[in-house]
Formats: sequence, C-alpha cells, structure tokens
Amino acid sequence: MLNNFPLWPEQASTTAGHVDALYIFLLIVTGMMTLLIFVCLVYFAARFRYRPGVRAEQIEGSTPLEITWSTIPFLVFMVIFAWGAVVYFKERTPPDDATEVYVVAKQWMWKLEHAEGQREINQLHVPVGRDVKLIMTSQDVIHSFYIPAFRIKQDVLPGRYTVEWFRATKPGTYHLFCAEYCGTQHSGMVGDIVVMEPAQYEAWMNGGSTGPLSATGEKIFAELGCSTCHRTDTQGRGPNLQGVFGKPVRLEDGRTVTADENYVRECILDPGAKRVKGFQPIMPTFQGLVSEEQVNALVAYIKSISAAKPGEGAKTSASTAAPQIPENVRENAEPNGSQVQ
Amino acid sequence: MPQPERENYLNKHYGVWSWLLTTDHKRIALLYLISITFFFFIGGFFALLIRLELLTPAGDLVQADTYNKLFTMHGMVMVFFFLIPSIPAVLGNFLVPMMIGAKDLAFPRINLLSWYLYIIGGVMMLHCMLTGGVDTGWTFYAPFSTNFTNTKIVEAGLAIFVAGFSSILTGLNFVVTIHRMRAPGMTWSRLPLFIWAHYATSIIQLLGTPVIAVTIVLVAAERALHLGIFDPKLGGDPLLFQHLFWFYSHPAVYIMILPSMGVVTEIIACFSRKRIFGYSFVAFSSIAIAVFGFLVWAHHMFVAGMSVYAALVFSLLSYAVAVPSAIKVFNWTATLYKGSIRYDAPMLYAFGFIGLFTIGGLTGLFLSALGINVHVTDTYFVVAHFHYIMVGGAVMGYLGGMHFWWPKISGKLYPEGWARLAALIVFIGFNLTFFPQFLLGYMGMPRRYYDYSHMPEFQILNVLSTAGATVLGVGYLLPMLYFLWSMRYGKPAPDNPWNAAGLEWKTPSPPPTFNFDEEPVVTWEAYNYEELDAPNKEEVPVAR
Repeated sequence: MLNNFPLWPEQASTTAGHVDALYIFLLIVTGMMTLLIFVCLVYFAARFRYRPGVRAEQIEGSTPLEITWSTIPFLVFMVIFAWGAVVYFKERTPPDDATEVYVVAKQWMWKLEHAEGQREINQLHVPVGRDVKLIMTSQDVIHSFYIPAFRIKQDVLPGRYTVEWFRATKPGTYHLFCAEYCGTQHSGMVGDIVVMEPAQYEAWMNGGSTGPLSATGEKIFAELGCSTCHRTDTQGRGPNLQGVFGKPVRLEDGRTVTADENYVRECILDPGAKRVKGFQPIMPTFQGLVSEEQVNALVAYIKSISAAKPGEGAKTSASTAAPQIPENVRENAEPNGSQVQ
Repeated sequence: MPQPERENYLNKHYGVWSWLLTTDHKRIALLYLISITFFFFIGGFFALLIRLELLTPAGDLVQADTYNKLFTMHGMVMVFFFLIPSIPAVLGNFLVPMMIGAKDLAFPRINLLSWYLYIIGGVMMLHCMLTGGVDTGWTFYAPFSTNFTNTKIVEAGLAIFVAGFSSILTGLNFVVTIHRMRAPGMTWSRLPLFIWAHYATSIIQLLGTPVIAVTIVLVAAERALHLGIFDPKLGGDPLLFQHLFWFYSHPAVYIMILPSMGVVTEIIACFSRKRIFGYSFVAFSSIAIAVFGFLVWAHHMFVAGMSVYAALVFSLLSYAVAVPSAIKVFNWTATLYKGSIRYDAPMLYAFGFIGLFTIGGLTGLFLSALGINVHVTDTYFVVAHFHYIMVGGAVMGYLGGMHFWWPKISGKLYPEGWARLAALIVFIGFNLTFFPQFLLGYMGMPRRYYDYSHMPEFQILNVLSTAGATVLGVGYLLPMLYFLWSMRYGKPAPDNPWNAAGLEWKTPSPPPTFNFDEEPVVTWEAYNYEELDAPNKEEVPVAR
C-alpha cells in the first residue's frame, strides 16, 4: 500500500504542471528556511544548555542583522508572489476560442450542458487537448467547481456567472468535487471528469444530442416573445441584438459596459439595472420566469448571433455594433417610447 | 516548617458571592480559566467525533446533518469561546496589571461585566447547541446561512454578538490600563513584550470586533426580515458577506496568536537567562502584525469570484504580514545564542510553539501564492495550516504560559516530570494529527466532507490523523488533571520559582488582592537577567 502513496494528484491539465512546479519550489524554499531555524534551535539549545557556573552572555540586538533577516525573506517572498501571480493569471484567462460548457450548480448536483447540446449530470466528458471554458452559475447557494487533477477551482455563485477553463492533457477519469460547503449533502456533490481521445469524444458527442444549445435558446427567444421588441431591423422597441455580444454598450447613465455573459444575464433578469442608452425602461424582468438552464440557452443564442463569421457575418456585426445602434434607433424608438408613457 | 498562610487574593474572602461579585482582576482571570476550560473540552469532544467519523470513508458514525453541526460547533466554540478569550482573558487579565505595577485594571467592574457577557454568550451558545445547533460552518457563508439552512443561525449569531462585546471590553480595559496605570519608571521601552503583544491584540479587538457584530446583525436582518443584503434573489451580494466576515475574522487570527507570541517571548527570555534579542523589533513587529493584519482579509477569497487585480493586491499584502512574524522567530532563535538554557516544561512548550508556528507560518506562504491557492483553498491543506497556527501556535503558547505562571496563580508547584511528559505528548500528537492533513489537502480532499467513499484513497492519511487526535486528547487532559492535583497536593511555590525578571515575580505567590504591598518603582530595563544572575547576588533557591 505504501508504494501507492502519492504526494500529489495526477497531473492531467496544462495548468497542473505550472502549479506543481511552484509547489516544489516552495517546498524547497520553505524546507530550507525550516531547516535553518530548526538547526539553529537545536544547536543553540544543546550548545548553550545550562552549566553550573556558566552565565548567559547578554546581547542587546543588532540592527544590521534585523535588516538582513527582514530583507532577505521579503525578497524571497516577492519571488514567490510574482511566480504565483503569473500562474494565477494564466489560470484565470480563458483562451478566446475555447469550447463552452454551461454549468448550473444546485444543492446537491452539477448540471452541465455542452454548447453542442449534450446534457450531463455530475459528469463531464471532454476531449484531450482542447480548451474548455466553463460558464457557471448556481441556482441556490455558493458552490465551488474543483478538479484536483487539473489544479483548478472556482466558486459558483447564485445570481452571476463565474468562469474557469482548462485544457486536459491525459485521458482518464478524474474527481470533480464541490469545494464550498453547501449544506447537508455537500460531500455527495461529487462527480467525474471523463477525459477522452478526440475520436472517442466525437463518437460520444454524436450520441443523444438535442441540437446545439443556441438553437434551444433561439426557440426560447421566440417563445417568450423577445423577438417582438428585439427585432433584427431598426424598428424594435428594444436594441437589435445582432452582433452585440462582446462589444461595448453605452448605457443610459453614461457608463459603458462590455456585453459579456454576465451583462446579458443581468439584462434578462434585471433589465432596469443597466439600460442601453436611448431605450425606454419597458422590458419586464424574467426573474422567476426562466430557469438557469434557459438563461444559459438564451446567452448561448445571443452569443451565436454575434459570432463573426468570415464573409457575410463580419460585415453585419461591424455595422450593427452596439454603441451605434442606440443612436440610429433613437428617432425611431422615440414615438414608441412616448406611447408607453 | 508550617507557616501561617499569608493573606492573598485566594484566601482573603470565601464564599460563592466573593467570586461572582469580585472585581479583582486575578479572580476574574480564574473565572475565565474555569469557563474557557469547560468550552475547550466541549470543542475538543466535537473534534474527537469528527475525527472518528473520518476514520472510514463511508459516513457511518453520525448522519450528514449531525456531522455538519459538529464541525460548525467545533469551530464556533473553539474560536469564539476558547481561543479568542484564552490568553488575554486568563493570563492577560491576571498579569497585565501586575507586570506594569498596577493594583488592578483601569475598569475593574467592566472587567467583571466582560466575564458576565462571555457567560451569557456561552449559555446562549450551549442552549443553541442543545436545541438543534447550526450547520453552516463557523464561517456562516451567505446565502446558505441567510435563506437556506433551517438551523438556529440567529441564536448562534446572537451568542457570538454578546461574547464579542466581552472581547471588546477586555481590549478596551487593557488599552486604558497600559496607557494610564504603569508604575513610576515603567516606560514603554521597559514594558515586558507580553504587554506589547497584548496592547496590539487589544487594538485589534477594539477595531475589528464591531465589524463581526454588524455582520451578524445583517445576517439576522436578511434571515428574519428578508432584507436583500447578501442573497442575490433579494438583490444582495454574497461576496459582500465574505468581505465583512473576513475583515474581522482574519485579524481575529492575530487576536489568537499575538498573545501567545507574548507568552513565548517571556518564557524564552527566562529559560535562556537573557534579555530578548532585538527588544524594539519584537515590540514593533507586534504592532506591525496588528496593522497589516487588517489589510489582508480577502486572501480568503481568491476563488470566490473577486477581480484578479484585487487578488493580486491581497496576495502581495499577505506576504507583507509574513515579514514581522519572521522577525519574531529569528529574534527568539537569536535570544538562545550564548544563553544558559534550561528545559523546564514552559520552555518545552515554547520550543514546540516555535516549531509548529514556523511550519504554520511557512505553509501560509503556499496559501498566499495565488496559483497554489486556487488548488489548495477549501481543502485540508487550509485546515492543517490554520490548526498549526491556532492550535500548534496559540494553544502551545497558552499551555506554556499556564505552566510558567501557575506557581504565581495558584501558589503551588505543578509536577515537573508529568508536565514535560505532557508537553512531549502534545507535540507528537499534534503533528501526527495535522501533518497528514497537508498531504490530504494537496491530494485534493475538500474540507467539510463527511463521507469520502467516492475517494477511498484518502483513508490512510485520515487514519493517521485520527490516531494523532487521540494522542493529542491525552496530552490536553494531563495538564488539567495535574494542575487540579497540584492545587491540593502540590508543593508551595516560592515567590519567584524561576528566578524570573518582571514585576509579577516581585510579589508573593499567590499575590495579595492589590498585587503589591507598596507601589513598585521601576529603575531597571526589562529582562534584566544579567543583574538577577550576578554572582555577588545571594543564590536564590530555584525550584526544580
């Protein structure tokens, strides 16, 4: 059993190696510091133990020595800090072209939905060698999505999206843990990350999909009547959503925000909070009317109609980029607006 | 040669009321000693049940909800009803006035009030535990605590709220006493470093504790009145809770460890017969820890959904707070150099403190490193780290101090052989309990898991940890038993059994009610061991 006694979990992501390298560096540095202190302690304790007739020699202290043993550790600490920060920034910056998976946490399970439409519970299938970005939210309390073999963890909060990403490097099945205490069955909120070879993954993908998530979103978009106001021409009472995602949006109060996942989500659930410049506050809230999964589908849909496709798509999104639309639409929107008042 | 016992604080008055209505800081210290010992063993009992449950991967000893309540109550009792009051309210209460040559604290009645507030809070906490308990973890994270759990959050919160005022009042009392009541000649630079440590601690208690009180009120308001403060469903922000909570609860760690550092400083000076190396650096490092300690709270939140730039700042500041702690360790070590070192039980605890605090502090460097923090936060690595600081550090210091000053407090000598044995058992038991948890944490075992049957590979380390916990339990029971034994059967203690420096040793053991027969005038520097050990001085019999 002792030869099966590892000191760290398997390294199965591109991040894992970076984290372990820093860990080993820290083990060496702190090991040396500990050794230095312990050797001094033991040596002094033995060498200067009480002997009858021998008196202690009083030493007041030494400012140069104090400065030395404050400065050297501080410089070492700064190296650790900088190294840790570099690893962290890599961990926290998802690559642009990552495959997206939406995660909804609830007491006490993980619900995952691939952008291609596959749904899973407490299990996530991913291919080796592809960047995967998790867009996560919680239906109730705070949870935390933790994969030790990938060395990544991110709290999953109600009311907003948080993001984490990884690129798996080794096929296998790895632990998925909820790392933020979330109630009775917290320790049951575990699952598996199944990393597959790309070919196997394609085969798995092709079984049992209900169509891409964005298509589901498009259906919901129509069913909820969103398309009545958010029209694709300039006649709508709400902003045209084509090409908006990922662009800056000017708000009624003068601020400018980026239309990211959290912004789209907020606009659906709390439309008054960050209203686009030039539009009346007429959109009702969909809080309580749509589930977390439906919000995810809507976000995926809005993203899909902004994805710049080479050729025809690029032109459209450029001409309808967010800051300009409100200005264009303003005159047209005004009469409608006054009717509402 | 039996002598008539001289009048002292213990025998001056008899009867229950002479204790319950006392304003003598030494008697209040004893009231605190009895109360925190009671809570320590309750908290310890919960810990034992937690460790027994984790002996096997399956959840088989208690139910999931019971387990969640056990670790919650273990944390709450140990943090708010043992560690925070431990050294300040017992040793600090007893020694602060004596060390500076005062008759009592500045506000003796407020001192008694603080004990009553502690007891009221404690009784509320006991009532809460006996009628159902709380299952949020001692961290009370919202919105779980405010809108999801159906356990007794408000009651537990109020218990902590009330006990918090006891902590504020103790801090207030110490600050005023240290400023206003020093004996003639007792300048700031002549203060024992124990006093500097308590001064820094008191500042944190005064400035930090009101924030946790406010946080508790907000939790209660959201829970009872559905005001939207923390739960996004009501329009609140769950990260706000974490900022407020850690703004107190991180500095609270320094409330626990600074007094312990003060104790260890006194012990090391005495048992190596030396003035402490770099007195002013050790003194100001206490203040530096108190100040920087307020600027690092969000290092508990690196994966909580905070901005990466905020994380950067808090990581940097966390390294800044490590420097004054390192200064202390180096100065203690340097003090041993060319000393004349004896290994009595208090010194063994002090050595244990330095060892365990060093490991606890250095593993803090791992946690402050952003890249590693993401992997190990909320795992057993964190559990091991803070137990090394708060149990390995704070409790070792507390026990060392109890042994060092026990002759002064009780007027009796404890059995030295047993005490050294207990120190050794505590040290071994502690490391066996908590070192495996570092490994478990890096392996990825999350905290607060009641059942790990999904990952049975974690069992070996958990078995080691549980084995260590039983050893540690024995190590903690022993001192309580022989201290009690010594009160009746121990040899009478001389006034200064260690031939130690410090005003508290210049008064009889146990001291008279007003500490000194005449007001002392201080004409010497702190830790004047050179004069005490001067050869022309008549040899003072040293108790062994």
